[in-house]
Formats: sequence, structure tokens, C-alpha cells
Amino acid sequence: MNTPIAEANIDVAQVAVQSRGYWTTVLQRLRRDRVTLFFGSVVLAIILVAIFAPLLAPHDPYHASMIKRLKPVGTEGHLLGTDETGRDMLSRLIYGARLSLFMGIMPVINALVIGGALGIIAGFVGGRTNMIIMRAMDVFYAFPSVLLAIAISGALGAGIFNAIISLTLVFIPPLARVSESVTTQVRNLDYVDAARASGARALTIIRVHVLSNVLGAIFIYSTSLISVSIILASGLSFLGLGTKPPEPEWGLMLNTLRQAIYVNPVLAALPGVMIFITSLSFNLVSDGLRSAMDIKV
Amino acid sequence: MSAESIAVETPPAETAGHAGHRSGERRALVSVNDLKKYFPIRGGLLNRTIANVQAVDGISFEVKRGETLGIVGESGCGKSTTARLLMRLIEPDSGDVIIDGKRVGADGMSLRGMRRQMQMVFQDSFASLNPRLTIEDTIAFGPMVHGVPQAEARTRARDLLAKVGLDPNLFIRRYPHELSGGQRQRINIARALALEPKIVLLDEAVSALDKSVEAQVLNLLMDLKRDFELTYIFISHDLHVVHYVSDRVLVMYLGQVVEIGPVDEIYASPRHPYTQALLSAMPSMDPDNRAEKPPLAGDPPNPINPPSGCRFHTRCPFAEDLCSKRSPTLELVDAAAGQFAACHMTSPGSGHSKAPQKRATA
Amino acid sequence: MTMSVTEAPTPLAAGSAPDTATGRTLVDVRDLRVAFTSEDGTVHAVNGVDFTLDRGEVMCILGESGSGKSVTMRALMKLLPERKTTITGSIMVDGHDIIALDDAAMSDLRGPTVSMIFQEPMTAFDPVFTVGDQIAEAIRRHESISDADARKRALELFELVQIPSANRRLDNYPFEMSGGMRQRAMIALALSCRPSLLLADEPTTALDATVQIQILLLLRQLQRDLDMAVVFVTHDIGVAVEIGDRIAVMYAGRFVETGTVRNVFGHPAHPYTRGLMNSTVKGSMRGTRLQAIDGSPPDLSRMPPGCAFAPRCGLAEPVCFEQYPATESVGERHVAACIHARRLVATAPGEAITKAEASS
Repeated sequence: MNTPIAEANIDVAQVAVQSRGYWTTVLQRLRRDRVTLFFGSVVLAIILVAIFAPLLAPHDPYHASMIKRLKPVGTEGHLLGTDETGRDMLSRLIYGARLSLFMGIMPVINALVIGGALGIIAGFVGGRTNMIIMRAMDVFYAFPSVLLAIAISGALGAGIFNAIISLTLVFIPPLARVSESVTTQVRNLDYVDAARASGARALTIIRVHVLSNVLGAIFIYSTSLISVSIILASGLSFLGLGTKPPEPEWGLMLNTLRQAIYVNPVLAALPGVMIFITSLSFNLVSDGLRSAMDIKV
Repeated sequence: MSAESIAVETPPAETAGHAGHRSGERRALVSVNDLKKYFPIRGGLLNRTIANVQAVDGISFEVKRGETLGIVGESGCGKSTTARLLMRLIEPDSGDVIIDGKRVGADGMSLRGMRRQMQMVFQDSFASLNPRLTIEDTIAFGPMVHGVPQAEARTRARDLLAKVGLDPNLFIRRYPHELSGGQRQRINIARALALEPKIVLLDEAVSALDKSVEAQVLNLLMDLKRDFELTYIFISHDLHVVHYVSDRVLVMYLGQVVEIGPVDEIYASPRHPYTQALLSAMPSMDPDNRAEKPPLAGDPPNPINPPSGCRFHTRCPFAEDLCSKRSPTLELVDAAAGQFAACHMTSPGSGHSKAPQKRATA
Repeated sequence: MTMSVTEAPTPLAAGSAPDTATGRTLVDVRDLRVAFTSEDGTVHAVNGVDFTLDRGEVMCILGESGSGKSVTMRALMKLLPERKTTITGSIMVDGHDIIALDDAAMSDLRGPTVSMIFQEPMTAFDPVFTVGDQIAEAIRRHESISDADARKRALELFELVQIPSANRRLDNYPFEMSGGMRQRAMIALALSCRPSLLLADEPTTALDATVQIQILLLLRQLQRDLDMAVVFVTHDIGVAVEIGDRIAVMYAGRFVETGTVRNVFGHPAHPYTRGLMNSTVKGSMRGTRLQAIDGSPPDLSRMPPGCAFAPRCGLAEPVCFEQYPATESVGERHVAACIHARRLVATAPGEAITKAEASS
């Protein structure tokens, strides 16, 4: 049989290029992006602090002392001072990382699973199914997220889990929208048609061809939602719709320290600074990830 | 007819399996009957259909075993839609497709079965490959879907890579974005062949390639056709390539077949005015013989609300009153050659001033 | 860097020495080199291009993808991304030194002196404005005339490019027009300030055959009527024959052969030109195997010292790999950069030639 193998040897230039997968290329680009690496380590540090809180916190975050109220930053034994009931700020901030991160990340994960699935189904099946799902999402989308969160939380009542449910519901529509949009784009590409032409069934096509091309974009969008979620969670706690006292949570701390603003403004601002740093870091990391994944081939 | 044009690609009568079949009386492998596809345009409050894009409007043709049928036409003619209809990537509104005697659809041949007989190579070599899969996985996907065990599918992928001229050891683990257009198109061909089809649909498969790469891939396609005893349906807008590759040619205009026949006849004596215009619109290769006047004015019209009667009458230099009233049908114009055209000028007794007289039936 | 061979006294350009007497020379490019730097390395897109172009002359640059033809043309209008690009050499258009000009001065030139039409007309037009408005805006950028006068000019232009129902079409949005119509509108836009040089970047590649021939004939007629010089980039030999007076065949950033269309295609003197012609599919080749050029174009970030085509050339000698060949004059205004040029020009285009024959 006459196989024209001769032409195979001529592509010297191509051979020299090492075969790299998509994710390897992404990692390589990330390694060169200093801003993202820096803020990525900040995020990592905050997460580690939250995990190892019992080992890192110098005092019991619940231990109050009426004598030691509102001690300023730099007091001996209390590096960041004490709050309005005499509890050590540093310990409360460290333990606060746990709750704030938990309330920030959990809703996004839930919404990713639910909204992502809804969007992928809507995008792939198309037609009436798409219309039903997406128009239902639009109803929720019409409300500003803060208002919606407050409304749902108000209806459900205060508490961590109610707040998480509320935020999950807030984030499902945008995630569904993004996944539907990306899935629709991928669905119309020739390689999906080629897969259909080879006789594959819908689920196989989704599993092999659609998911790997779609999850990247959805994932990136979710990480950008985390920064919003942290702020919203803190906001809900500030309004009394999230965590209940005496739990250490940054938003709640902002609320209880309100009166201290005239006495010791630095103290009152500390939880806000933590919210700001965490949210900003997640935001910049997600931006960096997006740039790294936007590979023009 | 010079010696060169006696095609080397005569049907492989030498090989077993085609005993007794010589050029002339081959049984049709693919038979398309009155295929129709309209795309509705919806509008208004209740999303009613206000118009239709008449993409494919009742086309019928046959493809004989072992031949290459070229389909040519300009944008809006419906050739790409036809390819997708044949592959059932789009459901036709009416009409049927018969492959090897069995009708595709409910009672005859299942869709899965059809896809083992007929496969497609797409135009955009990059968009037709999943950027996240390695080459090996892409080629092995089809067979695995049909139950071939993974190890065997992988071996088949390696063999096919070699057959399309790519060293398996170098290319198995590659990703599409690392390859050139020509290489990607070879992989698309390998992928199409992985299911061992009898018929390959090539939808503008070489149009996006550089000329020198195009030549390489065309040579490959001819080799593969011979080695695997394939039948090709070759869709293209490039008349030179179609002339080179095809045994018979089908000309489409606005969703209909206007002419069909053996390639040399069509190119030497086209009967339909559109075919004539199309052929004379090809840029000349002779500097002393440059075009002076464009053969056709205006753009190819929109398949939404096509002209009445003969769809070509708005641009036809020979159009008469009759042409806007009555649609011509595809009729035999040259029995010996097997050439058909849909034009009142070639239809005896049609009423057109240039039409031949109706011959009394014997 | 040693002086490139193309700086030799006999210019690579197929044109005669600049006709300063009557001032007919419009474009004079010498040793143009363009490189793009990125984190992955430097890509040498153009490696020493020389040519001159007279007023009213049409030159086609013929090449495949990656040959540098589009980059050469965009350099003429300084349309390349500034930060990444290094341009050396000299580009003179109508007496202006293009490389030395700043943004503002260049912007003044674009329109009245030099103008460009693209492959995809949708990219030339803003989708939210009517085509008439955009053409009028272009005119008024360079000439201070009233709105009404600008619209009248736009109407004249539309009639010049043979758009039917011109008045009504002026108020069309780009998406409302068909492909051929948009291409004509783009030509009207390009001609709106009466440029002396028109650059065309594969404007007919995306068009159907019947529309392509209309546009080519239109361009030819306009060029004649307006005495406009045209640089036309294409990968299609047929198109080059239909539109060009002169042709430059480009490979890996260099002109490997230049001459009149008749000379270059009648007596090709460079192995690449011959390979290109032989591998261009024609119906008459039916039944025979196509003579494809083996291999693929070189990696432009790693240019070899010698002839870039040598690895693919059946007639390559050891010296071809070491040093870029000198330009040989093989006919009247016909040059090629190959050591075998003289022998090849005497061999008929389709005829094969062995290495031994070529060297004799």
C-alpha cells in the first residue's frame, strides 16, 4: 500500500515544539504573572490562617473582659487591640476569616453546581428548554443582588445557613447565564457537529467535548463571584441577617464596632480592611486566571 | 479530449468486490430524492413564521459507487446545507436519502448505521477539532462510540495517521493548536476514515488551505480513495479543483440543481446559462486573455423569497416572459453523456424562443 | 549585519531607475525589513524588500500565508502595531518618508495620498453608522466642505463603483448590504479622498467567483480612469493575472522574483514560482498526480542564513544553504534571486528540470 510517509518527516519546525497541553500552557503563563502570583499567595495565606486559626490565635475569641474594652492597637498582649466587649481583635479577626470565607465560598460552589448544570443543559438542548430555563433566571436577574439577598434573608430569617441559601439563590442566575452562553458557543462549533456525525449520543458529547471546553470559563467567572460573595455575606451579617453574635465574623464585627468609631476609628476599620484585602485578592487572582487562560492559538 | 483527461480514477474494476461493474452501469450508492429544507424566520409578537429561507428546495441526484461527485455553487446556493442534510446534522423537511438501497430514517437504516457508511470532512480545520483533546483521542472517539475497545481504537488511530502521511510517533499526543492547517485537515480526514465509511462528504475541505498545501492534500485524497475504495461527494466553490477531482459535477443555484453531468461535458459544453457564466467567471491564467466584461451582474440573490419561476431569470441574459412564470425541470439534454439541465432553452417545446422543437415520440 | 545582497546597484525592483524627469515614481521602497518582537521570540516577517512603483501602475504581490505580503503592504501605510514592530529601511510614498512620519502626519496622508481596502469589508465599516455617513465623514476629515457637498461626493462615488440605486444605498447600514455591495462600498470609501496609491489586501478572496470578476474589472477600470497606482496582495495566480501589470512573488519575507505578469508567468525563473504554478490545480491536470511542493514554509523566528526556499527546492546546491543568492536579471525588467535563474527562465513552465541540467 502506497503510504506517503515522506511528507511526515519534513515538518522539522513543528517537531521542535514540545507537545504541551492546554493546562500546562496556562500554568506557564501564570508563573510569569507576578501580580497574580502575589495576590494568589495572599489568598492562600488567608485560607491557611482560617484553617489553622486555633493554632495561630493568641487568645480565645469569645473571652470578654469589661476592663479591657477598646484597647488601642499595639497594647501589650493584644497586638491589634480589643473590641467593645474586651475580646482580642487579632484572635477575632483570625477566627473571623473562617466564617467569612465559608460564607463567601460556599454559596459560589453551590451556585456553580446548580447554575452551571442548568446553564449547560439550556445551552446544549436549546429550543424551548433553553427558553424556559433562561427566562426563569431572568426573573431573578431583574433584582439587584443586594436587594435580592436581603429580601430572601429577611424572609428566611437570620443565621449562617439561611444566609448561604440566600446568596446561593442570588448567584445561580448569573452563573446559569454564563454557562448557557459559553455552552451555546461551543455547541455551534464544527467539532461538536463532527462528534454528532460520528453517531455519539448527547451525554457522551457533553462529557467528552463540551465540558472540557466550557468549565474553564465558568470556573473563572465563579472565582470572580467569590469576591462579591464575601462582601455580600459581610453585608448581610452587618445588617443582622447573617451570623449572630457572639460569632466572630468580619461583617458582624463592623456592626458591633460602629459605636467605637468616635473612640478608636482604627479599631472600627480593621474588619473592613480584612474584607477589602480578601475580596480584592480573590478578584485579582480571578482576573489573572482569566488572562492566563485566554490563549490565542 | 486529450490523453491526460482519461481519468486514472476509473472505478476500481480490478479490485474484488466490484466484479462486473465497469464505467457506465454502476448502481447508485447514494440516491437523494426531492430533499427540502426551509429555515423559518420568526417575528412579530407571537413568534410567527413571517418568511422562509428556502435553503434547499427539492434537490435530487445520485452518486454512483466509486465515483466522485462534485457539487459547485456560490453563496446561498445551499450546498453546505445539503451536506448537513445528508449527514443528518439537520433534519430535512421532506425528501429522502437512500444509501445502498436502504432508506435512511425510521424503517430502513438507522442514523447510527448511516453514520458508519458516510462521514464528513469540514472546511474549518481548526474549529472541527476539539482543542482539549489529543489527536489520538479525537480520531479514536468515533470508533469508541460505536463500541470498539479503546486499545483497538487507538491502534486504528495510529494506522490512520500513517495513512494520511503523518508520523504517528510525532503526532499522537499533539494538540490541534500546535499544527498547521494542512496537518489539521489530514487529521480531519483520518477522523472521517476511522469509522470505515464507504462515502466521504468533503465540504470545502481544501478551500482554506494554501495552494501548495492544497495540492498535497488533494494527492492524499486521491490515494485514499483508491486504497480504501471510497466514494466522494466533493463540495467546493473552486471550479478548477472540482474539475480536477470529480467524475461528475452538479451545479446548484438558490437551493436547486440547475445542471448535472460528466465533468468534461459540463466544462466543455455547459448547457445552463448559469453554469456558462460561472465557468467564464474563473480568472484567466493567460495575461493576453484577460476578462473584459463580467459574465453576470449583481450579487447572488438571497434565498429568502427567491424569484418566481426560474430562479435565475433575474440575472439571465436570455430570460424571457416565460421564465418568470414557469419553473423549468431538470431534464436530459444529452442522452449519450448523461447530462441534465433545468432550463427552458434546452427543453424541447417549452415555449422559449431558443428552445428546440419538440421531437415526435417514436 | 552585513549589507544584504539586495543593496547591489542593480535594483531587485523590476522597475527602471526612478523616473525623476517626469516624476512618475510614486513609491520607492529600499531594503524594507519588518520584525515583530514578542515574549516568544522575534519573527522576521519582511527581510529586505526593494521595489519602485510608478503612478498608474498595478503591482501584485503574490505569496502564500506567512510570506509577509500583508505585512509589507501595511508597512506602506504604517498600520502595524507600534510597540511590537521594528521597521528598518526606507519607504518613500509621493516624496514622504513614511518611516520618519509621526502619527498626526501619517493620519493626514491616509486618505488623500494612500488608502487601503481589506479582505473583509465588515471590518472597514462601523456597524452603527450608515455607509453614506461614514464616507462623508472620511471626506470631511481631509477637506473642509459642507455636509451636503460631502453627501453629493459620496453619491458620485457610489455611482463610480456601480452600486445600483445609489441614493437609497447611501442610507444603508453595512449589515443590510450583500458581500459584493459592501466591497464596492469599501472601495468607494477608500477612493473618497482621491488617493494616488491604493493598497488592496486580498479584497476578493472572500467573494464568489461571479462577484470577484466584477470587482476585479471595476478596480481595473477605476485604476485606469483615476491614474491610481495599486499594490494588490493575493495568493491566487489567476487574480494576479487579471489585475496586475507587474508581479512580485514573495516567499519568507523576500521578493524571490519580480517582473511583468507576462514574463513571470510565461518564463518563471525561480523554483518557488515554478513550484507554485505547477501545484496550482487546473482542470487539465485531471488524472495526473499534482506536483506539490514538498515541505512547509520556514519558521520566521529562525531564518536560515541562505535561501529560505532551499530546504524544499529540488535544485538546491550546498551554496544555497549558506548564502542568500544574488539577484539575476533574466529578461527585460525581470529578475529572480536564484543561482539557476538563467537556466530556469529558458525552460518552459511545465517542464521538469534536473539538478544537473540546471547547473550546466
